[in-house]
Amino acid sequence: MTTYHLTVNGAPAEVDVPGMRRLLDVLREDLALTGTKEGCGEGECGACTVLLDGAPVDACLVPVCQADRGDIRTVEGLAAPASSPGAPAALDPLQAAFLVTGGAQCGICTPGMLMAGRAYLDAGGGPDHDAIREAIAGNLCRCTGYTKIVEAIALVAGAHP
Amino acid sequence: MSPVEPPVTSPTDLAAAYAALADPVSAAGRARPIAGGTDLMVALTGELGAPPATVVDLWRLDSLRGITLDGDVLVLGALTTYTDIRRSTTCGEHLPALVQAAMTIGAAQIQNRGTLGGNIANASPAGDTLPVLLAADASFILGSVRGEREVPAEAFWTGYRQTALAPDELVLRIRIPLRSGREMRFRKVGTRRAQSISKVVLGLAWRDHGEMPDTTGPPGAWRDVRLALGSVAATPIRARATEAVLEGRFPTPETADLAATTLADELHPIDDVRSTAEYRRLVAARIVHRLIREAGGW
Ligand SMILES: Cc1cc2nc3c(=O)[nH]c(=O)nc-3n(C[C@H](O)[C@H](O)[C@H](O)COP(=O)(O)OP(=O)(O)OC[C@H]3O[C@@H](n4cnc5c(N)ncnc54)[C@H](O)[C@@H]3O)c2cc1C
Ligand code: FES
Ligand code: FES
Repeated sequence: MTTYHLTVNGAPAEVDVPGMRRLLDVLREDLALTGTKEGCGEGECGACTVLLDGAPVDACLVPVCQADRGDIRTVEGLAAPASSPGAPAALDPLQAAFLVTGGAQCGICTPGMLMAGRAYLDAGGGPDHDAIREAIAGNLCRCTGYTKIVEAIALVAGAHP
Repeated sequence: MSPVEPPVTSPTDLAAAYAALADPVSAAGRARPIAGGTDLMVALTGELGAPPATVVDLWRLDSLRGITLDGDVLVLGALTTYTDIRRSTTCGEHLPALVQAAMTIGAAQIQNRGTLGGNIANASPAGDTLPVLLAADASFILGSVRGEREVPAEAFWTGYRQTALAPDELVLRIRIPLRSGREMRFRKVGTRRAQSISKVVLGLAWRDHGEMPDTTGPPGAWRDVRLALGSVAATPIRARATEAVLEGRFPTPETADLAATTLADELHPIDDVRSTAEYRRLVAARIVHRLIREAGGW
């Protein structure tokens, strides 16, 4: 066991775990942030995508020792906290766009899609559908056929889907 | 299916990493290095064989990062990621084929973590950068408690998933000599654009006689031809018979036909889950034919 210091969604988090524990398990099991999903556990599906120091990574492939002192963003960190108890959380524009275009069906891929899309937008990505498709090429969706997800990201990037 | 969590150390300097790797083999087995983890973390599931007993994390070894020019040699640290390669103007200018290879590997999540050193040490016959490194006459600087040594890419992959690395040795740097007048092409054939393992991957390099200051002869003839392929044998290989056919020739239709038939004869790939031997042979021959046609402008 070693103590690792992470920043998760802006707040410091300290975990005392084996260094080879997957960041995915640290988030889900040790920090109870179950928004990040496990699909394949081997880097193929992107359901576990989180941002590590701003870059999208598969949390199932990152041992927590490599995330020490890192800045981690998960799907839980997208919406701004509700302004008062009981009030609805203020969704990230990308989450709102998924609702507009119908970008989520069963939802298992959605947290990873949102994080990959957020990284693309944060890097200044535009509404070009080909570029968006490249940005989410590491995220599988078995429900939507991708079009509505691409349209949601394009919507936020400033174009008409 | 909970993955195992072997003990890990995260050294911040090479000497400590060497020492951790050289630790006498414990009952559980020797320590394995982890770089970006995109191959090694999958091994923790135990589905691909015994997972490592202990792990040495290389990620904090900043001396193994960076892309620089050392005279007319391009030097890449082993921890250079595919994203680093894609963003590097030095690579873009001097070795665009490597940038193209990096762009085809996995997708963004894999490119942000996966390293060039990991691709080399993992020694998959389908490793997409490996044909580029072979075609570019790359060599690798290896290091251990015993010091450093240089091994040419040609001598590095010794058998299926086997390398010239000693168990306690690291890939430190990749050195690629830049040659005047050298052209290089990269092609990968997979089932889809992203996240797919190659059915055939190749790098083709040649020097245009007319642009080589150190020789005389008609411009346009090919010299120093290198044709390297992945996913067609137990290791990445050079197709020497095809190289010999191309050496000194012009990129004409006759040359293309001859090279394609020579290559189809020379390759002995296997059938596996990703493709068939016949498909691989035909596709490799056709790609080379097309690259020669494009170079010849006909
Ligand atoms: C979803 C997915 C898609 C992929 N797509 C592709 C693809 O399209 N093309 C492709 O070629 N590969 C692909 N890969 C494989 C992998 O991403 C690459 O081989 C990558 O370059 C491995 O680098 P790494 O730093 O992640 O290696 P790691 O997983 O950290 O290590 C790989 C192996 O090399 C050893 N090692 C690592 N660094 C060193 C070093 N410096 N010295 C000595 N030994 C070392 C480790 O001990 C281990 O055995 C894919 C993997 C996944 C999970
Ligand atoms: S669970 Fe990590 S990529 Fe599928
Ligand atoms: S919404 Fe079901 S997998 Fe994407």
